[in-house]
Amino acid sequence: MAEKLLNWDEVLIGGVIKDPGNSKQYETGSWRVERPVWNPDTCIQCMFCWVYCPDSAIKVDENGKMAGIDYTYCKGCGICVEQCPSKPKSLKMILEAEAKGKTEEELRKEVFSSEK
Amino acid sequence: MALLNELAKKKEGLVSGHRLCPGCTHSVIMRQVFAAADTDKYDIVVAAATGCFEVSSGLYPYTSWNVPWIHSAFENAASTISGVEAMYRVWKKKGKTNKDIRFIAVASDGGTYDIGLQALSGAIERGHQFLYICNDNNAYQNTGNQRSSATPFGGSTTTSPNGKVKFGKEQPRKDIMSVIEGHHLPYAAQASPSNWRDLMNKVKKALDVNGPTYINVIEPCTTGWGFPPNMAIEMAQLAVDTCVWPLYEVINGKVVINYKPKKKLPVTEYLKPQKRFAHLFKKGNEYLIEEFQRQVDAHWEWLLKREECGIEYGVTKE
Ligand SMILES: Cc1ncc(C[n+]2csc(CCOP(=O)(O)OP(=O)(O)O)c2C)c(N)n1
Ligand code: SF4
Ligand code: SF4
Ligand code: SF4
Ligand SMILES: [Mg+2]
Repeated sequence: MAEKLLNWDEVLIGGVIKDPGNSKQYETGSWRVERPVWNPDTCIQCMFCWVYCPDSAIKVDENGKMAGIDYTYCKGCGICVEQCPSKPKSLKMILEAEAKGKTEEELRKEVFSSEK
Repeated sequence: MALLNELAKKKEGLVSGHRLCPGCTHSVIMRQVFAAADTDKYDIVVAAATGCFEVSSGLYPYTSWNVPWIHSAFENAASTISGVEAMYRVWKKKGKTNKDIRFIAVASDGGTYDIGLQALSGAIERGHQFLYICNDNNAYQNTGNQRSSATPFGGSTTTSPNGKVKFGKEQPRKDIMSVIEGHHLPYAAQASPSNWRDLMNKVKKALDVNGPTYINVIEPCTTGWGFPPNMAIEMAQLAVDTCVWPLYEVINGKVVINYKPKKKLPVTEYLKPQKRFAHLFKKGNEYLIEEFQRQVDAHWEWLLKREECGIEYGVTKE
């Protein structure tokens, strides 16, 4: 959340917002009921998850490759899982409650234990 | 079109933290638009009409836009961008800027087919250089799913409800593409976020046209249409594969169909997963599905014939 709301006399004329992309201060990850878990071992780096994610929540490394989920913003819609074409799927949905207190690595092992 | 890995390295024009519903495709479309734009070559300026996308991405004091973005009212995205574009042209003439800037107006169906139509028609007729994108989610979603002229035949909305007397919307959708074409603009197209490569090609092309351009994009709405959020892209794909949403271009009046399904699926594949059409599957309502199919087939056949004919507008603006 913004630190402090502006006073009426601090608001710019026309409601101008001077700070592009400042909605990143608003962390939509807290909306999530379910979360996708990623398995890099089966991922074919097609980037479909990236092109279809409504919340820019697919992390991208300096080579333009899929590098995990940004749980700060991921709303848990599940589109990435649905669209992931690798066989087996490299993304799976679990309940957010099941992720509590576990590291990403632990979750990965748990969710993808039957796969390479 | 560059590989997705290349596009993914670009700075995003639209960032996280917007408050669209989980699984909303408004932002999916816009992210694809920004990925397609050749932002090494030019800057982008956006004007938005009121609607789900505007209120969720421009909620004061926040903005999800990484480019100059302007909103003034529901009905006038096209007029707003016209003013900005006209000012830019004057600045260029006077030597106040030497930047290459491309202009985009974005609105949904309410702000395009209905209340924004006059502004859009005027802007196209005046010949401003801008791309108008309509994210068509088939209703006024932001105010709770009221019927618009883009709502499909038989679709149940809060103002065209299904009940004992009526079966949802009685009229077919407005053929907005034909309305737009009537302006004899150089480029208009229909696209879908499921077919991202096709959508990106169209955006790239449109942004390079010296004049007004229009792209109508299907924007599946999990909340209003009643399907699970993870199925949003699948819904767009089904619309394309049933020919409910043909992917085509109108280049100076000449129709080019960009995708012909190998096996055209029956419309029921598209209708079935959506709550807004659930009543069509009740006993006794078979005739409504037949009518829906008839309308889709008729439109598809007409497009195929137009493509075959290959004729351009009689009069084009130079
Ligand atoms: C002149 C005017 N009338 C009514 C409204 C209220 N209003 C805000 S958003 C909206 C519906 C927008 O529908 P659409 O353009 O289809 O966008 P969507 O929310 O579906 O993306 C309405 C009626 C308004 N803001 N301004
Ligand atoms: S679940 Fe939805 S929001 Fe989260 S990463 Fe996947 S597509 Fe993006
Ligand atoms: S869609 Fe699946 S296979 Fe493709 S990059 Fe994403 S996780 Fe990897
Ligand atoms: S109501 Fe529909 S269009 Fe509006 S934010 Fe939600 S999913 Fe998107
Ligand atoms: Mg709408």
